[in-house]
Amino acid sequence: MNTGDTFLVLSAFLASGVEFVEALTIVLAAGLARGWRSSLTGLAAATVVLAVVVAVLGPALTVIPIQALRLVVGALLLVFGLQWLRKAILRASGYKALHDEDAIFARELAEAEGAAHVERAGVDWYGFTLAFKGVLLEGLEVVFIVLTFGSAQGSIPLAAAGAALALVLVAGVGVAVRAPLARAPENAMKFAVGVMLTTFGIFWSVEGAGADWPGSDAALLGVLAFVALFSFALVRLLRRERLEAVPA
Amino acid sequence: MKKLAAFGRFWWDFVIGDDWLVAVLVAAAIGATALLAAAGVTAWWLLPLAVPGILWLSLRRAIRSA
Repeated sequence: MNTGDTFLVLSAFLASGVEFVEALTIVLAAGLARGWRSSLTGLAAATVVLAVVVAVLGPALTVIPIQALRLVVGALLLVFGLQWLRKAILRASGYKALHDEDAIFARELAEAEGAAHVERAGVDWYGFTLAFKGVLLEGLEVVFIVLTFGSAQGSIPLAAAGAALALVLVAGVGVAVRAPLARAPENAMKFAVGVMLTTFGIFWSVEGAGADWPGSDAALLGVLAFVALFSFALVRLLRRERLEAVPA
Repeated sequence: MKKLAAFGRFWWDFVIGDDWLVAVLVAAAIGATALLAAAGVTAWWLLPLAVPGILWLSLRRAIRSA
């Protein structure tokens, strides 16, 4: 595996892992509050919808010329990645509350327990829609990342392998502990994903725009180091600024 | 029509998110890179220079509006 492929698997693994941890929290809350039948049916239905999206979009992306694909995918990933990075930097510098899986789980659980029971098609409708929507929304982000990363790097199966690895790990731990994975370093993972999405976004946008990187694929490492460095610098700068603004 | 609008809104929120200015500035920076490359000028450096500035601007906007 070359540098690009290694990054591809690692990025897909990390990004998918974050989304799977969030989906697990919702499925657990729905299952514990509304019953496992409705929660797991919602999970299965969302998985089928996501599989259809992949089956339709995956082959369609492979027929687009690689330079045009990298331009569009690079631009999308850069905008998408900067969203992640902005939130991650705001969290790391104290301007935004840290993502707390335990608190989210408690809130989802309380809301699910308080909702009225309505049965449709043999399942509790609230539990079904809660799990379905949660898995679909988090899963769409995984699909977006796997398809864009995979198609632009020329290997959707490698990106899918990274995501599958994350799914097996998160689902395995989730089944074993039956609790939200609050100990997963989610904020650090989100920061890393933001850095990687932005790195790939810059790299492919430049190639898609018709410019060449010095050192070709090896430049990806340089871009990664650069993005990580300025992100950490911004965290330090904003943290210091926030502390100075607090009256003694 | 309502469903179409909701579908469009979902994708807007999904990709563009909270700060539309980021998308506009990224598009402008990529466009400038393409123009330089088409003119035969070395252009790989432009986007890595622009991105920290765009991020900084977006962070300042987020902090101001918080």
